[in-house]
Amino acid sequence: MADKKLMKGNEALAEAMIRAGCDAYFGYPITPQSEVLEYLAREATNRTGMVVLQAESEVAAVNMIYGAAGAGARVMTTSSSPGMSLMMEGVSYIASAELPCLFANVNRGGPGLGTIQPSQADYFQSVKGGGHGDYKMFVLAPSSVQEMVDFVKLGFDVADKYRTPVMILADGAIGQMMEKVVLFEQMPRPDKNAKTWATTGRADRPVRNYITSLHIQAEKMEEINMRLQAKYRDMEENEVRYQAIDIDDADYILTGFGLGARIAMRAMEMGREKGYKIGLIRPITLFPFPTKIFEEVGSKVKGILDVEMNCGQMVEDVRLSVEGRCPVKFYGRTGGVIPSPEEILEKFEEYFIK
Amino acid sequence: MTHESIFSGFGGQGVLTMGMLLGYAGIIEDKEVTWMPSYGPEMRGGTANCITIVSDKLISSPIISTFDTVVALNQPSVDKFEEKVRVGGNMIFDVANIINVPTRKDINIYAVPGSDISIKLKNTKVLNMIMLGAFIGITDIIKVETIWKALEQVLPERYHKLIPLNQEAFMAGMDAVKK
Repeated sequence: MADKKLMKGNEALAEAMIRAGCDAYFGYPITPQSEVLEYLAREATNRTGMVVLQAESEVAAVNMIYGAAGAGARVMTTSSSPGMSLMMEGVSYIASAELPCLFANVNRGGPGLGTIQPSQADYFQSVKGGGHGDYKMFVLAPSSVQEMVDFVKLGFDVADKYRTPVMILADGAIGQMMEKVVLFEQMPRPDKNAKTWATTGRADRPVRNYITSLHIQAEKMEEINMRLQAKYRDMEENEVRYQAIDIDDADYILTGFGLGARIAMRAMEMGREKGYKIGLIRPITLFPFPTKIFEEVGSKVKGILDVEMNCGQMVEDVRLSVEGRCPVKFYGRTGGVIPSPEEILEKFEEYFIK
Repeated sequence: MTHESIFSGFGGQGVLTMGMLLGYAGIIEDKEVTWMPSYGPEMRGGTANCITIVSDKLISSPIISTFDTVVALNQPSVDKFEEKVRVGGNMIFDVANIINVPTRKDINIYAVPGSDISIKLKNTKVLNMIMLGAFIGITDIIKVETIWKALEQVLPERYHKLIPLNQEAFMAGMDAVKK
């Protein structure tokens, strides 16, 4: 029988981490995701022998992730916006060294120390860099507690497949709310020796495994960049995920990611009741971005309204995909304020109906 | 069936637990559930609340601004949420804690003597269970037996001896709105 539970997003994420056979978690507490470390500290080590360590700072935590991932371990950390900023140097190193690992950012209002309420203002940080250099993270945006579970498993798989850091970009509300979840079965912790590139201390290999992000020769650095770019093109080809609802007969499209999309979905339902033919597209992977579906609907619909809990970030990618085929409008609340479905519908009518 | 409610009161009155019990019960009856607590600065001293949605179908937004039912355990909650009750919806409040009572004519208003009942039961901590009983008595969205099962899940084993008291409080709240 499926293991069905009512769980908080943060706790579901932690439980999924244990069940996915995670070897180690290094983190530093920050609202609104502190339950992750609390849950793991209580549950993890006894059940799977997983290492759970509270580091002295986010900078230390991310470098522990770097080291453990290099040694072939399945590793994860979580943080929230200001903490994630501190980790960004490490993320760039990890991307360069091509190490698989999983991050989750339970986004809160910024910039600066900001607020502890939910926000989606770290889209740019997650999708467009954050750290230095030409790198990408594979970015998943959960919109339910169930996806907090599912994306841990998917995230580890993608990380291993492409040897790349993966980001789960959630928000404070998804982390704090409870919903019904179906949990997957406990998986064994993976065999470190299966990762032939990892520095596992084996002496019987013909070549010495060496992990670094420093390459003095420009040509070598360019070669590595080309390899990374090829990987990102592969992801764009094979790993795009999105959810589309009622787009076939739609005159208009509402879009958004994560919690923003859930609220937009309600606005869509309300709009449909009033007779507006509204569909919804929810990008699930923020990188690689679901460009094609926006290209397609762009030439069919009269307009797209993008809803985010920020001042307009994903909307840039929507516009780049639509390439002027139809008007793309934006509505957002920010700093921890959550837009209401009524507000969204009002904006929709203001832009497209009146 | 979709029922969208908010439970609101001072921190410590057990409003988050009210929604949580309803949520657990919803899961037991195989419904969809979302429970969204206020976790911001308002938890530190002001009012706490949780939006709890129970539905037979997938729930779109877990965060909404109008409600089928508001359960208010203090004055700030009545003041804040009376206008958020949908026309024809329910406003349930604890009489003892409210000076300025709700006045709208287009909603159903239930003044429950929750605190008085809790004093009779010699335990003011069960106010939330009394009010949850009133909520179920009015909305009838979950079976009473399911609430008992949810209580067993929510309360750690060492507190199971308190279940009869909680059940008594719940039933007293239910009776108060059925009279």
